[in-house]
Amino acid sequence: MMSAAAKMGRVEADITVIGGGLVGLAVALGLQDRGLRVAVVDEGDLALRASRGNFGLVWVQGKGDTCPAYARLSRRSARLWGDFAAGLQESTGIDVQLTQRGGLFICLEQDELQKRVDMLESMRRQHDGDYPFEVLDPAALRDKEPAVGPTVAGATWGPEDGHVNPLLLMRAMVQRFLDAGGQLLTDGPVERIESHNGAFRLQGAGWTRETGRVVLAAGLGNKSLAAQVGLNAPLEPNRGQVLIAERVQPLLNYPNGHVRQTAEGTIQCGDSKEDVGFDCGTTTEVEAAIAARAIRMFPALEQVRLVRSWGALRVMTPDGYPIYQQSESHPGAYLVTCHSGVTLAAVHAGPIADWIAGENNAGELELEVFHGDRF
Amino acid sequence: MATVSNFKRLPANAAAEVCIWVEGQPVTAREGESVAAAVLAAGLGPTRTTPVSDSARSPYCMMGVCFECLMEIDGQANSQGCMTAVEEGMQVRFQRGIRAVPADTDTEKSTEKEAGENR
Repeated sequence: MMSAAAKMGRVEADITVIGGGLVGLAVALGLQDRGLRVAVVDEGDLALRASRGNFGLVWVQGKGDTCPAYARLSRRSARLWGDFAAGLQESTGIDVQLTQRGGLFICLEQDELQKRVDMLESMRRQHDGDYPFEVLDPAALRDKEPAVGPTVAGATWGPEDGHVNPLLLMRAMVQRFLDAGGQLLTDGPVERIESHNGAFRLQGAGWTRETGRVVLAAGLGNKSLAAQVGLNAPLEPNRGQVLIAERVQPLLNYPNGHVRQTAEGTIQCGDSKEDVGFDCGTTTEVEAAIAARAIRMFPALEQVRLVRSWGALRVMTPDGYPIYQQSESHPGAYLVTCHSGVTLAAVHAGPIADWIAGENNAGELELEVFHGDRF
Repeated sequence: MATVSNFKRLPANAAAEVCIWVEGQPVTAREGESVAAAVLAAGLGPTRTTPVSDSARSPYCMMGVCFECLMEIDGQANSQGCMTAVEEGMQVRFQRGIRAVPADTDTEKSTEKEAGENR
């Protein structure tokens, strides 16, 4: 491959990752660990960047209810997260504030709770009983989370759930990548990928880059890039709005699917899902609904003031599950795309990077399930 | 308390005087001023300590963006001093560290809540 690449000019990296968000950086760190010279080509500050807009959950419960392989992948990543975070802290000094002490999914109404319990019980059957969760009635919920309000129906408890500070995570990953000699290029989006003799040339506005292999980790940008190397990435944006409230003394013991409190005391709320194209704005109507639900869950939040809000775009496949695939028509081009870039970061930096680096672990990762041709 | 300030009111400012109380001390302000402006003009501060590192801060941007001017105004913690107009008799305290959330009065249990062990 190196000699083939050399024929088309200077090879600037063994492998180039397109996309410098949490997904691309995790893969890049894993490839660096395996001795490869890695470049990351990033769109820069104007990128849509779900990595900066997300909710920061390292989440397991309920994920993969219609895809057991995805449930296994999420749980595997959650198990790898402790070592991943420790490694980042050791190499960069940055504590990404990972806590994995369990998480709640609070249901306001009884029928909502019943549906959720049915779903988790079905998952437990799919996994032959190996799927830990508990159902909490209001009293049991209040024992775990005393700030919860008097009118909620209950909650499900996932002992493997947790959360992290996604902004510190991003910063730590960039620092580690650069410290290890990685090239981070923010010259704007890749517009064109050409392949010759097993190597690739990436083109943007006014620049080109040569690379031995290429990983597509460009979030929503993967849709047009994938088609250029014979891959199928039918991705659509789904907007989530997030509210940030002032820092207050510890109020919440655990993250839940709607509200969490960061290590610094900031309250973060967000659970909306909207199909509004590439609009990452906010609307008063949706924000009001998010706030009202959060206050019903935790009445004390009525006294806490909002300081900012934003919209961010999820990267969604039609079934919500990832695509991990090497191109058959353009070997050496890999597609890595998912919605849960935080939860899956540890598996991306570990087993997924192993697979791209050439380890024969596709079967163990059940990659046949995550093939883009399923759409 | 300090009384020397680098901030001077314009001589042409003819607004009526208003008395507010800052950390229990009377401070003469002018109608229409923000709490942050009145405190700076009186040479007072730092006006808060930060929740995470406990470092001392004073009003900075004066336009509602930086949140450095957080004070307790008429009992309301974490109020933006630069976005709050002075009123006669207003009680201002400096914000010390992180704000306590009012206890949930519906249940006694919530007051027994312990902080998350990893916070």
